Amino acid sequence: MELPVISNSAPAAEGGGCASSGCGTAPDALGHLPDHIRAKVQDHPCYSEEAHHYFARMHVAVAPACNIQCNYCNRKYDCSNESRPGVVSEVLTPKQAINKVLAVAAEIPQMTVLGIAGPGDPLANPGRTFETFEELSARAPDIKLCVSTNGLNLPMYVDRIAQHNIDHVTITINCVDPEVGAKIYPWIFWENKRIFGVEGARILIEQQQKGLQMLTDRGILVKVNSVLIPGVNDEHLKEVSKIVKAKGAFLHNVMPLIAEAEHGTYYGIMEQPEPTPEQLQDLQDACAGDMAMMRHCRQCRADAVGLLGEDRGDEFTMDKIDVMEVDYEAAMVRRKVVHDEIIEKLDAKRGIVKPKAEELGIPADARPVLMAVAGKNGVVAEHFGHAKEFLIYEASPAGVRFMSHRKTELYCGGMDACGDGDVAEAGSTESLLDRNIRVLEGCEVVLCSKVGYEPWAKLEAAGIAPNGEHAMEPIEEAVMAVYKEIAATGKLSPSAEALKVA
Amino acid sequence: MALQITESCVNCWACVDVCPNEAIYQDTPHFLIDDGKCTECLGDHGVPQCAAICPIEMAIVDELGAFLNPPGSLTGIPIEKLKQFGLWKDAA
Repeated sequence: MELPVISNSAPAAEGGGCASSGCGTAPDALGHLPDHIRAKVQDHPCYSEEAHHYFARMHVAVAPACNIQCNYCNRKYDCSNESRPGVVSEVLTPKQAINKVLAVAAEIPQMTVLGIAGPGDPLANPGRTFETFEELSARAPDIKLCVSTNGLNLPMYVDRIAQHNIDHVTITINCVDPEVGAKIYPWIFWENKRIFGVEGARILIEQQQKGLQMLTDRGILVKVNSVLIPGVNDEHLKEVSKIVKAKGAFLHNVMPLIAEAEHGTYYGIMEQPEPTPEQLQDLQDACAGDMAMMRHCRQCRADAVGLLGEDRGDEFTMDKIDVMEVDYEAAMVRRKVVHDEIIEKLDAKRGIVKPKAEELGIPADARPVLMAVAGKNGVVAEHFGHAKEFLIYEASPAGVRFMSHRKTELYCGGMDACGDGDVAEAGSTESLLDRNIRVLEGCEVVLCSKVGYEPWAKLEAAGIAPNGEHAMEPIEEAVMAVYKEIAATGKLSPSAEALKVA
Repeated sequence: MALQITESCVNCWACVDVCPNEAIYQDTPHFLIDDGKCTECLGDHGVPQCAAICPIEMAIVDELGAFLNPPGSLTGIPIEKLKQFGLWKDAA
């Protein structure tokens, strides 16, 4: 059943709405980047918000050892049911990893990026990490290589990183002040000793900053990841953002702390609060004045496979890969066709001139509106009850920009009913729906391909307008179309907001 | 004299890479130390390297079974919390 609350009486003009934040005026846009950098990131899902709708990545878990302890990490990483950084199902040898990469690349031509991200620190496993990179750069030259590191060993491996054509490096930098660092890193292993507290943090920070500078001096693209830990480094991250930008990092990715007691981490056990979506967004906005911010990170596992937000790792376990026969030469030809098609599509979108807000009838002083989208591959694609996550977009007179993603728990098991009739299965079903609606707090509209009666009523009661009128439309066009419709009702004027707040 | 690895080991390879004597080898369910090769790093380093990098408390013991990294020593989690979560032992 279709229960639209906001009608789609006037669809956006063709090309209306920005094709992605990559071409808009949003502060996190990549559009301002020089061409040679944009060429490097346009097919990299972890560096380009636009690309992450179309291109996939994979991580191979060849780096189990680590040389520091972080309070948000537990080194008992052997778990298949969780999705968070540092977690893997099986550690691979370099040889197994290479077979896995070739098999995945042949099967998923959109997979353009191979990263080594753990489950420990790749540069604390230099033998296994560089053996994997070396062989892959020879056998699969069409795959981009990247590496993530805590930075402690970075200065000593910058030359090898450059030598293996690894032109994307992510450094996790949570602080630039050793006093703050001591609250995040209990110890490091350095020059044959375990060094605790402020002294350990001081060395780590020094090496991170030195490594960052060495990489950018060599023209290697650096993304900085920071974990937002409320009460520990939240204010401090604004300074971190300024400093890493000054050193030439081109993207800053502030991620929320994950701290559950059942993960057995220090922060989890000590009940350190995780940031709320609002806290995360406020901080990202505060840092955005200083540099490009990344907001589409899914904090994936160290053995993730597929598009961001999905994990196809189960299709590529070692027992399955062992029996696959891969002709990589042939696969490379197919891959190139797929890549060219996607790039062509993105280029075409980029060329479209976005109509200005006033041309769409949106007043220049209209207030911004947050909308949640059940999206996939860049379009409004999912049933409300099937969405594993919602993409949060902000519409404003400046355009549409992607803000964040929020995870849900599946409550709908039915393929067709979507909440109609299949919700009575268990008492817990209803509370899951309620919880998912709470996840959408702050949003005024939820866009999905279809929404059932029960969630519809509850969404309305929560002040969130469900909208199933834009199924399969490009997300940003759909969001702008809905924003335009709301504007037409006069609900976006500043006085209306004042009334709402009162 | 030689150190030993306990069942707390998570097979992360960190110790293998830093052992100056190549005394640590892969086995199931966890890595083991060859007691014929282990010197507890005497003459090479001021502290045994495996214990200095090992991220897991209670995973490395001396000949008497004493933990080189006792519960709480690496994470800073207080003992009462470790007990509450079943993460505390007083001996191997």
